Amino acid sequence: MDLIEFATSPWGETVPIHISFVLMWVAAIGGLAFLIGHAIWVKMFAKPAEHPAPVSKELAATIPAKVPRHSLASRMFHWIMSVAMLALLVTAFVPKAGYEFAWVTYHWIAGLVLTVSIVYHIIHASFWLDFWAIWPDKIDIEDGKRRWMRATGKDAPAPRKFAKYPMENKLYHFVILLTGLSVTITGLFMMKRIRTPIFTRNPYMFGDMTWGLMYVLHGLAGVGLIGLIMAHIYFALRPEKFVITKAMIFGSVDREHYLEHHDPERWVLETTKKANEQRSGAAV
Amino acid sequence: MAIVRDIMPAFELFQPATIQDALGLLDRYGRDAWVLAGGLDSFDWLKDRVKRTKVVVDLSQIKELTGIREAGGGLEIGAMTTLTEVVRHPVVKAKYSILSEGAESAASPQIRNQGTLGGNVSQDARCWYYRGGWKCYRAGGNICFADTPTAINREHAILGADRCVAVNPSDSAPALIALDAQMVIRNSKGERTVNAEDYFVGPEIDITRMTVLKPGDLLTAIRIPATWAGAQFYFEKIRDRPVWDFPLLNVASAMVVSGGNIERIRIVVNAAAARPLRLTAVENAVRGKPRNAATGELGGKIAIEGAEPLRYNGYKIPLMRNLVKRAISGVEETKWT
Repeated sequence: MDLIEFATSPWGETVPIHISFVLMWVAAIGGLAFLIGHAIWVKMFAKPAEHPAPVSKELAATIPAKVPRHSLASRMFHWIMSVAMLALLVTAFVPKAGYEFAWVTYHWIAGLVLTVSIVYHIIHASFWLDFWAIWPDKIDIEDGKRRWMRATGKDAPAPRKFAKYPMENKLYHFVILLTGLSVTITGLFMMKRIRTPIFTRNPYMFGDMTWGLMYVLHGLAGVGLIGLIMAHIYFALRPEKFVITKAMIFGSVDREHYLEHHDPERWVLETTKKANEQRSGAAV
Repeated sequence: MAIVRDIMPAFELFQPATIQDALGLLDRYGRDAWVLAGGLDSFDWLKDRVKRTKVVVDLSQIKELTGIREAGGGLEIGAMTTLTEVVRHPVVKAKYSILSEGAESAASPQIRNQGTLGGNVSQDARCWYYRGGWKCYRAGGNICFADTPTAINREHAILGADRCVAVNPSDSAPALIALDAQMVIRNSKGERTVNAEDYFVGPEIDITRMTVLKPGDLLTAIRIPATWAGAQFYFEKIRDRPVWDFPLLNVASAMVVSGGNIERIRIVVNAAAARPLRLTAVENAVRGKPRNAATGELGGKIAIEGAEPLRYNGYKIPLMRNLVKRAISGVEETKWT
């Protein structure tokens, strides 16, 4: 079975043209196997969650009952992106699975919505949010090693609480960033191959090999997103993660969740900052 | 090194004698089975080595698939009935002359003796980039070679293009749609009927197929209801060589006129898009209006709305406008204006 399909160009070159759509099923089945495997592991083998030492009462007093996690703008981006992403997956793969409909126009419109939302997110995250909060830091890497060692039965110090985003959240964001940028950038160029009211069609913009590689990258990122989105929805619906899903709807997590899972020194709230400022002011 | 094209490549040949046996073979071999009707489309593909198959299921021995029968007040035509038989059949000539004209305009007498009605409606696109073996969209690739700035695309689509700009080349298809025919399709799971209008698939739905037939499916018959029997018909085909050629455009209309006004009408063009186009907007606009040149003019203008010419096929737009005009108002009426 060929994972990538090749063709002979008019110049006699062998060029890739797209991925084999069997990979769509590989991604879907692989994603499903991961979900089942994870669910079994959590149910049968996972150790109870470790709760590092509680924070001081003084610090806890500075934490509001509802801890803001996602601004309205962030939540809107997330849900618009979700709808666009699901529309892209449906329009790309459902016809291949046998339910045929006129998908191309819906696909590129959804692609443009995704592109605009990503551009918005990059600007918003760069200038209005803590840009580095979603990137793994040194502590995340150290704690990741500790968790792995402890999960595999080796001695290691207990991992610390998370910053604003857990390590797996950060890794997922990184992978989505790679795949999302891959599909949107290649998708924008691919719009030059079809008739749209936005771009003038120009199939000669790149050579056959470049176009072929672009289609392959678009396809690989696309099938990758099948598994990634499946995993994302699965974790969003898991009972222990549902509080984070609710935060993506309502914007906040409650104080107990914050104190149990997050390190107030790594995810410093505005209320804590103000309390610290007042304290230091009083001390002076 | 030259490719030998004058002999058939090797394949396993089955010649079932019943529909049931044919369906069994199609079920057994699935995508590997090639259904052979008259062979006029198939032999090009196979001898040119552009498409390959392991198994050919030749339908020529299945008597159930041939002949024209009166059924339900209309006609049932076996899918393997030759175009010549359709052309010569007295009932087709008397009541459904549009089909007779459409079938007669296809190819040459020799080809019509061999070619079948089922094959004519199910034939593949004639775009030479596609037929030449280039891995275009229709062949599963990612480009349309006929829709590039330097492509030769005089015969290609002016409407309904979606990445691929090939057209449907059938001459009988528009007549069957105008007659509101039904296509009878069987597979190992049973039988279904599809309106002729819905039998054809555009590239927006599936860029690699021309019809709804999937592996395992067999078009067994075409049923023509009595709805349009004896109506006023018009068929015209424009081609480069009147003796033998595929259409540059063709048009078929069936009309019932009462008191000089168009009471009912169905009008269809082919070779304008990847599937025959029923012009419902035109039908709606001219229904109830007098059958004259002005109404024809109106229909012609509506017909070409949204048409997008390629580099070399801009002529198809006025051609289609005039064909639709004539199909509504008639040739005589057009002469008066």
